[in-house]
Parts: sequence; C-alpha cells; structure tokens
Amino acid sequence: MTLLEIRNLHANVNGHEILKGVDLAIKVGEVHSIMGPNGSGKSTLAQVLARRETYEITDGEVLLNGKNLLEMKPEEAASEGVFMAFQYPVEIPGISNAYFLRAALNATRKYRGQEELDAIDFLPFLKEKMRLLDMDERFLNRAVNEGFSGGEKKRNEIVQMAVLEPRLAILDETDSGLDIDALRVVARGVNTMRSQERSILLITHYQRLLNYIVPDYVHVLVDGRIVKSGGPELALALEEKGYSWTEAETIRAAG
Amino acid sequence: MTTNAETIRDLAEREYKWGFVTEIEEDRVPKGLNEEIIRVISSKKAEPEFMLEWRLKAYRHWASLEKADAEPKWANVKYGPIDYQDIVYYSAPKRKPTLKSLEEVDPEILRTYDKLGIPLAEQQRLAGVAIDAVFDSVSVATTFKEKLAEKGVIFCSFSEAVERHPQLVKQYLGSVVPYTDNFFAALNAAVFSDGSFVYVPKGVRCPMELSTYFRINAAETGQFERTLIIADERASVSYLEGCTAPIRDENQLHAAVVELVALDNASIKYSTVQNWYPGDKQGRGGIYNFVTKRGKCQGKHSKISWTQVETGSAITWKYPSCILMGDNSVGEFYSVALTNNYQQADTGTKMIHLGKNTSSTVVSKGISAGHGQNTYRGLVRIQKAATGARNYTQCDSLLIGDKCGAHTFPYIEVKNASARMEHEASTSKIGEDQIFYLRQRGLSAEEAVSMIINGFCRQVFRELPMEFAVEAQKLLSISLEGSVG
Amino acid sequence: MAIRTAEQLHDYLSAFDELRARTQDQPRWLRERREQAFAEFFEKGFPTTKDEDWRFTNISLIAKTHFRTAGEARKEVSPERLAEYRVPGAACQLVLVNGVFSAELSDLGNLPAGVEVTSLSQAITAQGEALARHLGTCVNIHRDAFSALNTAFIEKGAYVYVPRRTVLAGPICLLFVSVPGDSPEITQLRNLILAEEQTEASVVEDYVTLGSGVGFSNVVTELVAGENATISHYLIERESKSAINVSTLAMRQARNANLSSHSVLLGGRLVRNNVHPVLAGDGGECLINGLFIGSGTQHMDNYMLVEHASPHSSSRQFYNGILDDHSHGVFHGRIIVHRDAQKTDAKQTNRNLLLSDHAQVDTKPQLEIYADDVKCTHGATIGQVEENALFYLRSRGIDEDSARRLLLLAFANECLERMKNQPIRDYLKNAVQHWLPVRSSHNTMANELARTWEEVG
Repeated sequence: MTLLEIRNLHANVNGHEILKGVDLAIKVGEVHSIMGPNGSGKSTLAQVLARRETYEITDGEVLLNGKNLLEMKPEEAASEGVFMAFQYPVEIPGISNAYFLRAALNATRKYRGQEELDAIDFLPFLKEKMRLLDMDERFLNRAVNEGFSGGEKKRNEIVQMAVLEPRLAILDETDSGLDIDALRVVARGVNTMRSQERSILLITHYQRLLNYIVPDYVHVLVDGRIVKSGGPELALALEEKGYSWTEAETIRAAG
Repeated sequence: MTTNAETIRDLAEREYKWGFVTEIEEDRVPKGLNEEIIRVISSKKAEPEFMLEWRLKAYRHWASLEKADAEPKWANVKYGPIDYQDIVYYSAPKRKPTLKSLEEVDPEILRTYDKLGIPLAEQQRLAGVAIDAVFDSVSVATTFKEKLAEKGVIFCSFSEAVERHPQLVKQYLGSVVPYTDNFFAALNAAVFSDGSFVYVPKGVRCPMELSTYFRINAAETGQFERTLIIADERASVSYLEGCTAPIRDENQLHAAVVELVALDNASIKYSTVQNWYPGDKQGRGGIYNFVTKRGKCQGKHSKISWTQVETGSAITWKYPSCILMGDNSVGEFYSVALTNNYQQADTGTKMIHLGKNTSSTVVSKGISAGHGQNTYRGLVRIQKAATGARNYTQCDSLLIGDKCGAHTFPYIEVKNASARMEHEASTSKIGEDQIFYLRQRGLSAEEAVSMIINGFCRQVFRELPMEFAVEAQKLLSISLEGSVG
Repeated sequence: MAIRTAEQLHDYLSAFDELRARTQDQPRWLRERREQAFAEFFEKGFPTTKDEDWRFTNISLIAKTHFRTAGEARKEVSPERLAEYRVPGAACQLVLVNGVFSAELSDLGNLPAGVEVTSLSQAITAQGEALARHLGTCVNIHRDAFSALNTAFIEKGAYVYVPRRTVLAGPICLLFVSVPGDSPEITQLRNLILAEEQTEASVVEDYVTLGSGVGFSNVVTELVAGENATISHYLIERESKSAINVSTLAMRQARNANLSSHSVLLGGRLVRNNVHPVLAGDGGECLINGLFIGSGTQHMDNYMLVEHASPHSSSRQFYNGILDDHSHGVFHGRIIVHRDAQKTDAKQTNRNLLLSDHAQVDTKPQLEIYADDVKCTHGATIGQVEENALFYLRSRGIDEDSARRLLLLAFANECLERMKNQPIRDYLKNAVQHWLPVRSSHNTMANELARTWEEVG
C-alpha cells in the first residue's frame, strides 16, 4: 500500500524554482533515501512535505494515505503522522523537554480523538525512549535543545520521533555534523523504529549514514529532480564517483 | 489558514481591554502647581503640620530642579516636553467623609473594579488577598482590615496612616527615597495624595497577600501615589500591585514612589503587574510611568525581592532597587518588560552592596514587538566594605518583528576584590522557524507562540504569586497549560 | 615612535636576511609570503598596551630582549628524558627539538594509509605548490604582529594530513622541546593541520622546556577542516617558568564540521594564546575550552576571536582560570557575527578563581553582531575558593590544604571533562595536578586524595 505519493512536484522560494518536477512513491514499511549535492533541493522537499509555508507550490500533488497533503497545515500534517527530524533543531528556552513532548503527543492524540496522557503515564514511556538514544535522564528537565551540542540536538530529534511514533518519518540531514559514535546511536534509534507500519525517508549528503541504516531504495536528487534511483548499491557508487557522475549522466540524458 | 507570520502579528496587535471610563463625580483642584496647591492638598487630607512642612520642602526642591531644567534626560526614551502647570494634581471621587464599610463605596467604583476583575467584596474569588483600591488619587477601600489587625498588621491607605500612625510615618517617610532623590521623587513628595501603607510587626508572617489596585480614571490628572512598607524584625510580607487606566488621547503622568524597609531577618516580596494604558497603535496617548521604587535591607539577613511584569504605559522609567545595608542581606529583581507599537521602556534595577556577604540576583526579560523600544539599565555596585558580596545578572531580550529594538546597559562598579560577579546576556528573535518547529510537532500556531513566550518569561513568572502569575500570562496573551511551575 | 627605538627589530632583520639567503631554491610563493609578512612586521613593530587587543598584556619584555635564533640541540635530549611526555594510546608522536624534527626521538607508529605526520620543511619539499592553497591562508598577518613575524620565518614546525573519511582513534601528538642556550633564544614554529571531509582525529601540541635557559616560542598553527569533519586540537603549554610563548591557532571549518580546541596553560612566564576559528560553512560547530593555572609572576593571556561567517553555526567558549601569588590572567573573548550568519548561537563563559590578594584577572567579553537573528550569551565570574564548600569538606575530616586542593581540582575538572578523548584527558589530569599551586609542605592527605581523582568529577 502506498503511503506517500509525490507527483510532478514543483516548488519555489522567493521566486526561484527549487523543485522542478519530483516524482516519488513510498509504500508503507519502506525506507527510502534521497541523496544529492548541496543545493539540489533535498531539504526543500523535506520542508514541503512537513508543510513549511515559506515554499510556494506551483505544480504537482502530494498524497498522504490518499489525502491531499498540500492542503494541510503543519500541525495537521504532524497529526496525520508526518514527522520531520530537523537539520537545525530549534531551541525553546524555559520549556522542558518532558513538557514539550507531552504537549506534542497530546496535540496529536486530541486530533485523533484519543484520550490525552497525563504526566504520570507519560514519564515512564519517555524515559524508555531516551534510554534507547543514550540520553541522560537529566535531559527530561532541560529546556528543549537549549545548550545542547549539535549531536545532542540530533539525538533529541530521534527521541521525539520515537515518542510521536509517526507513520512517515523524514530525517533531514540528521547525520550531518555527527561523529561516528553519535551516528551509531542515532542509527540504532532509527533502526528500532523500522516497522511494517512505518515509512522512513532519509535525506542525506553522505553515504556513511547508509552503512548503518540500510535503505530499501536510494534516489539521487540533482537540481530539483530525481535523476537516478536504485538499491543501496547506488549510494556506494555515488561515494566512489561523486555526484558529478550523476550530473554527467543528466547532461547526457538531457543532451 | 493562519500563517506563522500572522500569528506573530496578532500578538503584536492585541487591543487594550481596560480602557473604559467610569462616570463619577470628582472633587478636583485646579490645574497647575504652586505652594498654594500643596497647601490645598494637605488641608483636604487634614494632615498634621510635619507633613505639610515636608511637602513644601519637597516642592521647593522640585521647583529649583525644574528651573534648572534638571528633569532626567539620560534614559533611552523620547517624549515631548511635559507642561507641569497643565496637570491636575488632585482628583478624588466625591464621597462621604469616612467610609464605614464597603457598602458605602460609590457603586460605580465597585462596578469598575468588578469589571477589572478585582473583587472588593470580601468573599470572592481572590479570598486570601487583602486589597487596597486606589481610584485616581485616593484610596477608596481596603479589604480584610480586621483580620489583619488581629495579627497586628497595619494595612491601610497612606492618608489613614498619617492620621492614625503618625509616628511610624514620620520615622520612615523619605528614609529610603528622600525628596531630594530625583526630579520625579521630589514632585511626588510635594503632591502625593494617597497610596498604601503596610507595617508588619516583629515576628509576624503576614497571613495573606496584600494588594493595591491603582486606577487612573479622571482626565488631565496625574497620579502621584506613595507606598511605604515596613517589615519589622523577623516579619515577612508579600505585596502585589496592579494598575490600569482608560484610553485617552493625551498622555497622563504617573509619578509614584515606593519605599520598602526590611529590618533584621525580615523579608518583603513586592510584585507588580503594570498595565497602564500604553497608547494606541500610532503611539498617541498613554501613561508616562516615571516611578521611583527602592527597598532598604536595613537589618542583617533581611531580604527584598522585586518582581515586575511591565506591559503597559507609553513610557516606562523605573528602576526598583535594593540597598543592601545589613550583613548577609539579599536583594532580588525579576522583570518582564514588554513594549509594543510605539511603547518605550527604560527599566532595570540598582543593587547597592554595603554590608558583608550581601547577595543580589537580577533577571531581566525584555520583549519588543511592533516599533517598541526596550532598554535594560542596571547598576550593580559593590562598596569597599562589602566583603564577600555576590551578584548574578541575567539579561535576555526577545525581538518580535524587525522594527523594534532591544538595548542593554549594564553598569558594574566593584570596589572590593572579594566580590563574585556573574553576568549573562542574550538577544534572540521569535522566528518563523521556531513556530514551524512546534507546529511540525502538532501544536497550533497560537500554542506555539504562547509556549515560546511562556518559556522565555518562565524565571520571572515563577516568582509571582499564583493569582498574579495567571494574570501576567493572560496579559501576554498566553494560555498557560501547565508549563510554568 | 619612542617605543620603536627600544625594540630589537634589527635582530629579526639580520635573521631574516640569513633565512632569505639560505632558502633561494624554495618555491617562489613561499618566499613571497615570507617577504610580505616580514615587511608587515618590520613596518608595524610589536604591539603596545594601547592596542585594544593587547590592553592587558605588556610585551615590552619581548620587544626589548635580544633573541638569538635557537640552534640544533638534538644531542642534549635523550629519549629517556622524554618518556614522561608520551601520551599513552597515542597514534604517533612527532618530536621537534628547537623546531628541528628528530626521527630517532619520534615514534611514528603505523598510521593508516594516507595519513601524514611529518615536519613542515619535509612537506614543503615533497609537496611544493600543493601547500600554497593552505599555508598562510587562515592567519591574518595584518591583524597580529606575532603572526606576521612567524609567517616571515616559515620553516620549522609540523605538518599533519588526514585523508578523506579517515577515522583515527588515538591522538596525533606533536612534542615541541625547547632547549635554550645561555642567552635568550627564539624558535619560530609553524604548523599546518589539514583534515579532509568526513575525518575524525585529535592532534596534541605539547610545549616543554629542557634546561634552564630562556626560550621564546612564537607559534602559529593553521588548521583546515573539511566538510563534516570532527577534529579536536589540544594545546599543552608547560614550558619553564622563564619561557615566553606566543601562539595562534587559526582554524577554518567547512560545512557541518565540528572542531574543538582545548588549551591548557600551565608553564611559561609570559604566555599569550590566541584562538581564532572561522565558522565558514553552514551548520559548523566549535568548542573552545581552556584552563589556565598561574602562580608566581606568571602572565597568561587568552585571546579568543570567534568569527561566525555562515548561518546555523554554533560556538561555545569555556575558560577557567586559577591564579595564585602575583600571577595575572587575561580572558578576552571576542565574537564577531557576520551579516549572513543568521541563527548563530554563540556562548562564552569565563570563570576565575583568585587564590591570593595580589593575583589579578582581566576579563573582557566583546560582541560584534551584524546579523539580526542570533543568540549570543556571555558570562564571567571572578571569585575565591568557596568558603562554605571548604568548611563542608573540613567538617567531614579533610584538612584544610587537602580540601582546598580538592576544590581546585574540581574547578579544573570542569574543563578537562569537556575533552572527549579519554587517554588525553587522563594524561592531562595528571599534568594539571602536578602544576596546581601547593600551599603546604605536609599535604600527604592531598596526595592521597589526588590518587582518587575519579571521585572528584
């Protein structure tokens, strides 16, 4: 069953066309990876899917479980099960991680007509997720991302993902800036989230991540279009030959 | 669909809802200021001779300052010249000479306070808080007096204190803020018409929160109240102050003085939610809030804590300060100042360390929106004898939009090498990306903004008494939802 | 120009003439860079306390002293003598004596393929033109006279190269041994560290003195980190208490690179440590962590210049100082946020403990912000050992000297705990203990406590 279907998606920011016709279908339970050079539109695609308003959609459609994703507000998309791990997670001083996550989880539960969780039920659940990501319990009471190192912020994103249990998890360059140890921890967190009910879209610049989270499919995004798709072996080939290899192919294909 | 940008704009454009006028008969003196007016004010209040003398000395001092053009100009605020002869210095609701009970208060005034959410009738929602209500220049009602009297706590209007406790007034009036202190303090000393008076005797912990609610109603008047709070040895008290004014096109002057005295082992907590009319979106009208607030930690191990949430006034000029005289005394200042539209605030504190092992904490949170200009101005002075003094200062500014400004002027003077000083400062902006982050996690745009602002102010809100914390958060158009605490 | 007459600039002129004559056959770009730098230095001379960057540090001692260029001293150093300077678990150790590489004293181990650790002069010979892209490009000779002077004399020093996607567990150690002769000697050291994209490595620069002469080490290290690289740099200054050390670490980091600089200043009479990272790529992260411990009349000046030049970059500065006797510490933390560097997050904390009434510290934060959506925080404390904590420990039966020492260790530990590389951290903990001011001669208990350091942190 297809969870996400992107057809001929075009998006602009400040009058510049960034996405120039993206087509992609992700079935329930699949892990896809989008790779591409800096500036190719990877992050734009992630943000459009998470419904950031900065981008103007000029053409195409996106269906999530058959519903029109492009008509949803960010919080509706979130409640419909779209989660994005941010490339640059935001700090919220004065609001504790524990409070924030419960508010987020309850917002989604409310949307779905489920009962809200109180602090007593929520805490053990959160602690378990934090253990998974090697996060010290003191992070519970620290303000969201405030004073966290880059690696801690990225791990915190995965904790949030584990708590919110999305149907579609989009990881926007979660591996950037991480050393190997931190990367392993993040990968472990993501791998335990892999399931038959969940789809994952990994957006990355570096093949290294895919040694730890092996995707079902790899797509190469260059200049706002997916120019090549394949299995995990495609990532290795890219690492060998660099993105210019696919760019050369695009030029050949176009010419 | 509300965009993140719209949400920020809505926040910046909220309306002032307290701007109604109460129709009531007033007793007022003619406009202008001279010795005759001072005498009229003093005689209207049937004051003893020492009060008139003091007022006249203050007036003469002020007049000399005015002549020398010594109105303070150093603050980072801009306003046209104030014509001190165009202000009414005394206005009071007409009423019976003495009030025996609340029923005798003009029902219009009671309705006004109900409308403001300040219940003067004693069995209401805020039971546990004793209120002194000051309407224009005079105190109209004080609740829970008898219950407080059982403990020996005096809580009454300033006029009543002058009448019934002249010794205490004589001993402490001007002992923290002398009339020579500054231009506006001199003006206040000359013309102040009422205010609140609190005395907590030795060893008494005041059994309830004390509160004064100030309302400017009359047009063309200035409000000049004076508050004096004395906590005797081992006494403690928590005092709250709130204020609103009607919407008027002209600027109105509010020049209050607050003096706090804490003796050995005493503690005073003074909280303010200041919501004077801030002027309209074009910057017309609004209150000029030029206030001198100072506490003296006279005794050893005494403590004075100021908490303020400043959302109103066209211009705020205000530096609640602590003089830490007693050894081991403690001074605190927690402040949220919000400026919006064309509001200007120059506020902060002075912590003067004189005694040994004195410590002070300053936490200032400035929020600027619209064209608002927000300045933190703070002085921490460690005098030579203040061995082992400590200070922690934290100054954070939050900008909403790109036409507002935040400025920080911390002054630090250390004359004793054993001091431990800590200072932190930050400036940040509520951005579209922050709101988007929270919405991506399922929260609405409104919830997102409220969460960001609540978090930013958290260190200050948690210093406020419960009822005020709720009011303060409402004022910042925020729903609380349990994140504070 | 009254100051100029007192400066011994002609010493440098003759040394430069000698170098120029000797290096005629070196690549032209290098000779030109030296000439340009020398002209810059000779024209401007040494800074004075009227320069804002040198307000708290008077370097007239340097300006007025005749320094000879330190010569060959390999024979005076035995391998045994250096045993205490070996970091356990190191990937390799490169030893330079008075700036000259010694193969016998070094242990280059078996480094992974492609990793190069060698002397700078060897690298210049082997690579020539290829080095021109980096050498001298991170450091600004117009901003700082000592960097100009150093650039004029580029010759001695170390070269480290880590190829793409290489992950090194053990640190690369560079040991700089100064063996000054009877009259004051200067050594100009120039190091270049190149880490390609997606690398992980630690590099330790360790400065020590043998013998009792007066040495002046003028050091510039340039560190270039590629995309997504994680690089840690450690500086240990533990030369003798008559030594002068002026060093600059200039770093340039690409997108998503994560750099840390750890400085531990223990030795030296007059020490100036400049750390200058440029966060030139989106999402860069930089940690600048330092500890300085001064006693006697030591002067230790820490000058940070953190430049945020790209969006979403974050920097953290943490410096702790412990100053005893008549020592003088300086922390000057300057943060520049360029116009395009939106979402910068910069934090700076300087904490100082003064152990004597005559010790002094000057701390100066300086923020220059040209972007409008940034978060910058600075904090500074100056204080004494906490009397309450001291009393608490004593009430538990620990004598005063030991208790005091324990608190100092805890304070120093705040910095050491930020070092991610365990072998280096453990090694430095030992070194720091050795240098902590000692108050009493019978502190057997302190020694015992020192052994159980782990319980401190």
